[in-house]
Amino acid sequence: MIEALIRVIGVSSIGLVLLIFAFLLREGVPAFLTTPLRGLFGTRWYPTFGFFGTLPLILGSILVTLTAVAIALPLGVATAVFVREVAPNWAREVLKPMIEVLAGIPSVVLGFFGITILAPLVREGLGTPTGLTAFTGSLLLAYMALPTMISVAEDALDAVPRSYRDAGLAMGATQWQTIWRVVVPAARSGIVTAVMLGIGRAIGETMAVMMVTGNAARMPITLNSLFMPVRTMTATIAAEMGEVAHGSAHYHVLFAVGILLFVFTFLINLAAASTIFQKRRRGGLR
Amino acid sequence: MNRQVVQRLGFALLGAVALIVVIPIVLVIGIIVVRGAGAISWGFLTEMPRDGMTAGGILPAIVGTLVLTFGTAIVAIPMGVGGAIYLSEYARDTWLTRAVRLAIINLAGVPSVVYGLFGLGLFVLFLQFGTSILAGSLTLSIMTLPVIISAAEEALRAVPTEFRTVSASLGGTKWQGIQRIVLPQAFPGIITGVLLGLLRAAGETAPILFTVAAFYLPYLPHSPFDQTMALPYHLFVISTQVPGMPDEIKYGTALVLLVLVLSMNLVATLIRGYFRRRREW
Repeated sequence: MIEALIRVIGVSSIGLVLLIFAFLLREGVPAFLTTPLRGLFGTRWYPTFGFFGTLPLILGSILVTLTAVAIALPLGVATAVFVREVAPNWAREVLKPMIEVLAGIPSVVLGFFGITILAPLVREGLGTPTGLTAFTGSLLLAYMALPTMISVAEDALDAVPRSYRDAGLAMGATQWQTIWRVVVPAARSGIVTAVMLGIGRAIGETMAVMMVTGNAARMPITLNSLFMPVRTMTATIAAEMGEVAHGSAHYHVLFAVGILLFVFTFLINLAAASTIFQKRRRGGLR
Repeated sequence: MNRQVVQRLGFALLGAVALIVVIPIVLVIGIIVVRGAGAISWGFLTEMPRDGMTAGGILPAIVGTLVLTFGTAIVAIPMGVGGAIYLSEYARDTWLTRAVRLAIINLAGVPSVVYGLFGLGLFVLFLQFGTSILAGSLTLSIMTLPVIISAAEEALRAVPTEFRTVSASLGGTKWQGIQRIVLPQAFPGIITGVLLGLLRAAGETAPILFTVAAFYLPYLPHSPFDQTMALPYHLFVISTQVPGMPDEIKYGTALVLLVLVLSMNLVATLIRGYFRRRREW
């Protein structure tokens, strides 16, 4: 009896994924039917006037996410190398729990910190008219992606066999040379996974981004866009869904944006998962 | 330059980067604790908000978050642990199992705001629960499910196979072995995963935006079909939507939320450490 129940629960988790997608489709597909594709991927997002161009939102998400990962990648890899290869025990004992704490801080608290402390700093530091910029969001997102990226990168470094390090040192290389010419290259597929999971984490983040990026739906195509307000897909859904009439064109378009997000994170996770599976199948590294 | 000098400089640089990572964490927590501590009083924790939330306490938000977390636990713990038992003890390596696993990995990566949309579509509108504690808790539990499943599965898998073999050799059925031997052994790992999942649910804002959260509702909820305030949404509201909000209340609210979430985190860490030291295998 209980065993049958457990079986049902296990399989229902696939059911859930399908159900989520089904409901997004159910509410989102009408957007593709009522708004012509050219309008849906247009460059103007003015829902009240019937302009549902999602391009500024998509580009906004991409800009903020890629900048965040570009900031987080060197920080994350260096921290993972430090923790795994270099740090004395006491430093490791301090660092690991701190990073776990960071992973536990709710995004709305980081957003609150961003809006009250970080945004004024950005405004004064960069001399921008407002501190609520894409860059401010990227900084927050970078820190939010760090715990995932560090832990995945650490696992990748951990999986590099001891003999690789010994061989490097035996060749007369210093520990520093061994780390950067042998260990890190051997762990590169894990580091790629870390980057992908970081992207997945950053593009789906909502509250912190909505609070600090200024939410102006403009095309971020000029060079200084990073230091101007921007609006992401997630922030648009969160900010506008509460106020639209259920069943209106605007409502369906917001679900369509949700479909885009779902598909995008799905692909990213699939890619990240397949590199993990591959590694397992080969029974080793690379 | 001498290779040893390069190495020493390099290690110092790595240490400096680690500091760059850690210092902002300390700053965020430090600033919120220092500025928020002044707001914390018995009244702040036990009174209704007054004057458009600019005075009084945050009781309904605290109660709302506790109720939502409890509701999430009721649904997500049995389903999550059940799913994990299925995956680690029963499922053979078939395409279906692989599909389940992939589904769970992907569920874990779905953005929280998309869970919010899903909850709105399924629970609020399709099943007509309305914006209610019921709809919010169900949405949060579906978001929490993959976290609990992965953690519990890992804990179950860590129990050595011999334990199961011995139980079977003594004439126990498979389920008896799981219930009396494997589950108790995996318990600390499962509890840690459950707490980590629930603290994420307690701190999330996006999934409750359209499924339960009330902007300003100075009453305590009476039934699962009521709306409620919740700490994360309240913090969002008072720090972006309400002009003239006293800083003290904002920092105080952030501090209460932070303490709630981080104390769950601490308990999880302590449980894990305690049982790891006591484990005999």
